[in-house]
Amino acid sequence: MTRQMTGAEMIVQALIDQGVEHLFGYPGGAVLPIYDELFQQDKIQHILVRHEAGAGHAAEGYARSTGKVGVALVTSGPGATNMVTPLTDALMDSIPMVCITGQVATHLIGSDAFQEADTVGITRPCTKHNWLVKDVNDLGRILHEAFYVARSGRPGPVVVDVPKDVQFATGTYEGPARVEHKTYHPQVRGDQGAIRAAVEMIAKAKKPIFYTGGGVVNSGPEATRLLRELVRLSGIPITSTLMGLGAYPASDKQWLGMLGMHGTFEANNAMHDCDVMIAVGARFDDRITGRLDAFSPGSKKIQIDIDPSSLNKNVRVDIGIIGDVGNVLEEMVRLWREGKHAIDAPALKGWWGEIDRWRARKSLGYRQSGQTIMPQYAIETLYKKTRGRDTYITTEVGQHQMWAAQYFGFEEPNRWMTSGGLGTMGYGLPAAIGVQAAHRDALVIDIAGDASILMNIQEMSTAIQHELPVKVFILNNQYMGMVRQWQQLLHGNRLSHSYTDALPDFVKLAEAYGGVGIRCEKVSELDGAIDEMLATDKPVLFDCRVANLANCFPMIPSGKAHNEMLLSEDATDEVIATAIDEEGKALV
Amino acid sequence: MQPGSVYAIKEGKDAVEQHTLSILVDNEPGVLARVIGLFSGRGYNIESLTVSETEHLKHRSRITIVTRGSPAVIEQIKAQLGRLVPVHRVIDLSVESKAIERELMLIKVRGSGEHRSEALRLAEAFRARVIDATTESFVFELTGKTDKLDQFIILMQPLGLVEVSRTGVAAIARGPEVT
Repeated sequence: MTRQMTGAEMIVQALIDQGVEHLFGYPGGAVLPIYDELFQQDKIQHILVRHEAGAGHAAEGYARSTGKVGVALVTSGPGATNMVTPLTDALMDSIPMVCITGQVATHLIGSDAFQEADTVGITRPCTKHNWLVKDVNDLGRILHEAFYVARSGRPGPVVVDVPKDVQFATGTYEGPARVEHKTYHPQVRGDQGAIRAAVEMIAKAKKPIFYTGGGVVNSGPEATRLLRELVRLSGIPITSTLMGLGAYPASDKQWLGMLGMHGTFEANNAMHDCDVMIAVGARFDDRITGRLDAFSPGSKKIQIDIDPSSLNKNVRVDIGIIGDVGNVLEEMVRLWREGKHAIDAPALKGWWGEIDRWRARKSLGYRQSGQTIMPQYAIETLYKKTRGRDTYITTEVGQHQMWAAQYFGFEEPNRWMTSGGLGTMGYGLPAAIGVQAAHRDALVIDIAGDASILMNIQEMSTAIQHELPVKVFILNNQYMGMVRQWQQLLHGNRLSHSYTDALPDFVKLAEAYGGVGIRCEKVSELDGAIDEMLATDKPVLFDCRVANLANCFPMIPSGKAHNEMLLSEDATDEVIATAIDEEGKALV
Repeated sequence: MQPGSVYAIKEGKDAVEQHTLSILVDNEPGVLARVIGLFSGRGYNIESLTVSETEHLKHRSRITIVTRGSPAVIEQIKAQLGRLVPVHRVIDLSVESKAIERELMLIKVRGSGEHRSEALRLAEAFRARVIDATTESFVFELTGKTDKLDQFIILMQPLGLVEVSRTGVAAIARGPEVT
């Protein structure tokens, strides 16, 4: 299908041809022709954000919750530079996103024109790929290529930079069917020999564990189904990274909880003591491994990943399988059934016995007494109140994020949107807006901290304008809690600039935007206040005043191994002050 | 253990190897910036870099990079290069075959009397060509392996070496096959 049209028309047509229904953006001089086209159509709904970073994070939330490509549209110069954080965030967390940026006219490029920035130069290291379109006849092909690259292989963000004269120029539009990529063909099917060897290694294991990550969620619903099938067939315990939560139901008895720096005692100890580790769509990030030279020292490791550069990057593996998680799991399930494999029953029973002893430590225990709300209690209550509802959770970054991961149970994938790799404060509210745009009738809650929420608070205005009734549940301790916790751990409890002395009145702030504000300061009021929030059909800022100095435990202190966890019951002031040695202090 | 993780407590103790990588890329704008940005962004070394279009009709270029690192780092470099979108293939010429490597150098030497004639004698011994001459200087053109060029520079130093321009290594595999 080829047709003559202007560049701006091509952009809208390409989005329609790619099945895009929602677009997050902010207009400006260099994208006015595209906005003029958007004005004259009704197939794509444009959601006007209040800052370009909001558009990027909203597109991320949209993508993560739907499995589709998220799309953002911003102008040149500052519009593009404001996208750098969401693009980097999406790259780290493998979120498919197409970002279209306006650019000054081709003859002005390089002249330091008004609102000119070297967008492809600036975004080269923070995208999977990017393009500057200099000829309108290339525009259709490049846009379809952009969607293909964003969603194929390990998903990621791409940028298409379109000069204003190219938007006005008329040329030939190429439809999506004609696009076949010259170079980019990621390997989807795993090597049969390696898969067979992996299945045999698992079958012979005595203390196996599944360690799963965001790759399972990215691979799609079929990968989740197959993972669950293989885990249940084999009876093997399973833990997951922050990004992988929901792929395996948190209510299941084989679930050990999250692993890593703030993972459970049982998950981390099982990782340390296992004899066969099966890493599925997980990349051995430093938050997961802790001290590398003491990471699961006695185990054989199998890794399934679609990105060849993820294999052997931080941890050497014994069997590396390059391929799509769903594809490889399908083969593994087939071979497991075909070979009538089973883990040695007494060994597996012994292994579960060990795990049960670790579980008995109840590493997520905390003490709730009196009327001061403990943050963990607030999350548990929120979870209890929302169970059985069609709920999506986003977070900001910090203590509240870890508490949400620990105390909110996820039963399904694509329900948990958080900034894992980059750790972007200000992610949660715009991401929630993106999720709500895709799921109008669902309950979408941004679990936030009082510091993070202020980084993109302006998006409340977006939520009001587009009638997206997101709920922002702020665990307000008046500190940058995680910064304060690390200052306590590393810097003699000298709380340098981690106390916010002039927080806004969140209730009045919500009202100023046209939303609803709720404040809760007492345990006895919490249930009622959450009920009130859930019954409100408008955006809500929920100011949940929690214990100011609560720490996030359990924790693997920096530079320590999985079996050297710090549990809340042991964490006296003195232990905290000396938990991290000199070598660990240099680590992030 | 490797750079890239904050828990890489000690720098890799593995022996460092030198590898010559041949990278076939689509000759699109910015492709070289992607490749060298990957090296600088991830802290890898570039010992030498050569790039030019090699298949004009297909718009393909060959980038030859000489790099150093532990075996694990070299593996990682190849995997990272392989996932760049415009990269067709990454060939490790140090592994897959005995590769031929050549470099071209232009070297200016200034002097008179005994130094001048000694420079000319050495140039002949190295099969360097004189491509520019004045009464007090020569410019030699010399092709060969990197260590031959290095050696020639050392010899020219006491004889009036002025400046050097080198192309970096171009490499290709031996035998009849396409690599």
